[in-house]
Amino acid sequence: MSTVEERVKKIVCEQLGVKESEVQNSSSFVEDLGADSLDTVELVMALEEEFETEIPDEEAEKLGTVQNAIDYIVAHT
Amino acid sequence: MSLEGKVALVTGATRGIGQAIAHELAKHGAEVVGTATSAEGAESITSGLQAAGYKGYGIVMNVAEPDSIEAGLKQIAEQSGAPLILVNNAGITRDNLLMRLKDDDWSAVLETNLSSVFRTSKAVLRGMAKARWGRIINISSVVAGMGNPGQGNYCAAKAGVEGFTRSLAKEMSNRGITANCVAPGFIDTDMTKKLDDKQREAMLEIIPAGRLGEPGEVASVVAFLTSDGAAYVTGETIHVNGGMYMG
Repeated sequence: MSTVEERVKKIVCEQLGVKESEVQNSSSFVEDLGADSLDTVELVMALEEEFETEIPDEEAEKLGTVQNAIDYIVAHT
Repeated sequence: MSLEGKVALVTGATRGIGQAIAHELAKHGAEVVGTATSAEGAESITSGLQAAGYKGYGIVMNVAEPDSIEAGLKQIAEQSGAPLILVNNAGITRDNLLMRLKDDDWSAVLETNLSSVFRTSKAVLRGMAKARWGRIINISSVVAGMGNPGQGNYCAAKAGVEGFTRSLAKEMSNRGITANCVAPGFIDTDMTKKLDDKQREAMLEIIPAGRLGEPGEVASVVAFLTSDGAAYVTGETIHVNGGMYMG
């Protein structure tokens, strides 16, 4: 079973079409990985599906980096 | 043109324009799911498609009820997969002059004709975004542009659908998803059969083509918009009205 970190990074790569080597924990989805607003919505939906959880909009807005997403998942699943 | 392997959801497909659209898309190879508000309606959709040798079936879904839309989409996902073509056709009229138009008539028409389009579109977008391909076609009406006495609610809803469609088109264009409206004029359906002879005559006077349209003449335009050839057409309203209004 992969760790939360690995699973989050895999989804980030799939959704944003970036290479694994480009994805650091500190990477910002918008600034470093080139996500637009629609990408971030899709990313959150993909995370919800993968981890079978619901991320409320006000929480989703705060998920700016890969580490933010990992922390949120770890705390809420 | 082939829609083979694609699931198309057509709301309000028991009769008239919706039925013609369902059959036209099925003719091009799509698996068509048509919605009806009653079990009888759903059965008649299924038997109609089967009799014509097409793939597809009817389901019960009330587009005015969010829960019913959710349940319907779930059933389609399980039975057929995510719809990549959505035709929002279901609509009702509750005509009355504005001074006599009741709140209920206003809300019922807005819910069924406008809010439903938001809900069904939202429900299918995820599957389309994943597939990087989608077609949403909303059936508007000539009166959205022209206005029509006695149809304040209907005109407001249909004009709302056109604005919504343009916004949706801008949001989803870079995912290979197009959103367009088809605005029929007077088409020979149960909705226009309600008119009396005098109204009918007055109508024919303002239609340069000199006749009512056939449901199939709307369906063929919808089919074009679902094709790959229409990939660069988005946010558009195509009028199908024999020349009575040209936008």
